[in-house]
Amino acid sequence: MSFVTVDNVFQSYGTRPILERVSVEVKEGEFISIVGASGCGKSTFLRLLLAQETPSRGEIRVAGQPPAREPGLDRGVVFQKYSVFPHMTVRENVVAGESLRRPWGRFFGKEKVEARKRADETLARIGLDHVADAYPATLSGGMQQRLAIGQALAARPRILLLDEPFGALDPGTRLSMHDFLQDLRRDTGMTVFMVTHDLSEGFKLGDRVLVFDKPRWDPHDPNAYGATITYDFDARNGGIPYQTIEEDTHVLRPA
Amino acid sequence: MRWINRRPGAALAAFLALVPFALALAAYMIGSDMRLAVNPSDKLLPAPSSIVDTALRLFTEPDRRSGRILLWHDTLASLQRLALGVGISAGLATAFGLLIGLLPHVRATLAGFVGVLSMIPPLAVLPILFIVFGLGELSKVVLIVIGILPFLIRDLSQRVLEIPREMIVKAETLGASTSVIALRVALPQLMPRLLQAVRLSLGPAWLFLIAAEAIASDQGLGYRIFLVRRYLAMDVILTYVAWITLLAVIMDLALRALSRRAFRWTETAL
Repeated sequence: MSFVTVDNVFQSYGTRPILERVSVEVKEGEFISIVGASGCGKSTFLRLLLAQETPSRGEIRVAGQPPAREPGLDRGVVFQKYSVFPHMTVRENVVAGESLRRPWGRFFGKEKVEARKRADETLARIGLDHVADAYPATLSGGMQQRLAIGQALAARPRILLLDEPFGALDPGTRLSMHDFLQDLRRDTGMTVFMVTHDLSEGFKLGDRVLVFDKPRWDPHDPNAYGATITYDFDARNGGIPYQTIEEDTHVLRPA
Repeated sequence: MRWINRRPGAALAAFLALVPFALALAAYMIGSDMRLAVNPSDKLLPAPSSIVDTALRLFTEPDRRSGRILLWHDTLASLQRLALGVGISAGLATAFGLLIGLLPHVRATLAGFVGVLSMIPPLAVLPILFIVFGLGELSKVVLIVIGILPFLIRDLSQRVLEIPREMIVKAETLGASTSVIALRVALPQLMPRLLQAVRLSLGPAWLFLIAAEAIASDQGLGYRIFLVRRYLAMDVILTYVAWITLLAVIMDLALRALSRRAFRWTETAL
């Protein structure tokens, strides 16, 4: 049963096609890595999933709902930058994940106390409890992205979209963010789409790796054709899931 | 070493900052001395000592006819007009800036109109204000509003447009409605910009205030300056000018301190 259905999606800006004939089905709980060269429509595809843009043809459905026309609660997102609110403290940012949907965008009275308690639990889980009252500008890049993910998850979205979330981090921080993301995923079983430049990151974290590329290429007019999904790898077990030996008996194991 | 890489030390920087003030004062004293040497009753460049005497008199002695200390009275009247004009402008500019910056329909409707409005020289419409609103307080406050509001609206709507799209989208994915995005995301980030813009528009606001007071008023700092001009009372004018400058500097510093105190999140630590 497919959870996210992308059906024959085209997207063009003016006369310039960006994506063409993109179709993919994703099961609930899958982690999809999206890779491809620059300008191959990865981020456009993510914006379409986010419903920040509507495709010029085709449609995207999440959990069988009619195609969304604007971003909403069912989709959480973390961008490379600007994903947290700079004027709120770390704790307020997490509370905002639950409170912005309210008429005034905040909680009052008893609800507020409870929301702060839940936020503190979230902060403890993502390792930011010691900076709960600081402003995001005082945090390191990795802490800001952890906060952004925590904030997005506080809203309990159906799918989580990550647009090069670790692109601006140094390699060490990036590795610890991988562990952090894998832990979170084990706990929540969330469906995740992640755009990344880093192939090994895509294969390490993803269950599937979608490669975007242009199948047709006109050397005289490089922008004449759009990109589509050219490869759809099964990325479990380091990208070689079908070579895993599952039988126990009468099997000759390689030495 | 290149000059762009040489920096003055703290003591030298303080000294250099004082130099232009000292030079201006010295130039005035020399000019004043030269004129007074030729004509001891010269009124154009009064001696600094006589300005200080006048200032003391203006700040402390009540007017013989009304029994009020006119300088404080004028200051109160002027500051009231200024505060009303700037306050109303800041409030309206915040509302319109948010609407224009966030809502494409309002932007399509109003952005061009505000752009054209801001090109009208405010002093050119001053006679219209006097005719429509009379010679009372209202026309002076309205002149300040007309003078600085278009600039404030344009500046603040631009600042709202500069809020990264990612942040707005993030708020959308957290379920925020348009009004919640305006109140909880855009407005708090606009406030430091508002203080900044108000600081910049205080200069024009003083200009329009004094222009309006000079033309039709019966109290106020601008009114007094243009009244005593008839008697060539340079000592009074200079005292008032210095006093207005001091008030403007204090307001500027106060707004800056407020901005720093109230919006700690704008400071990047680390």
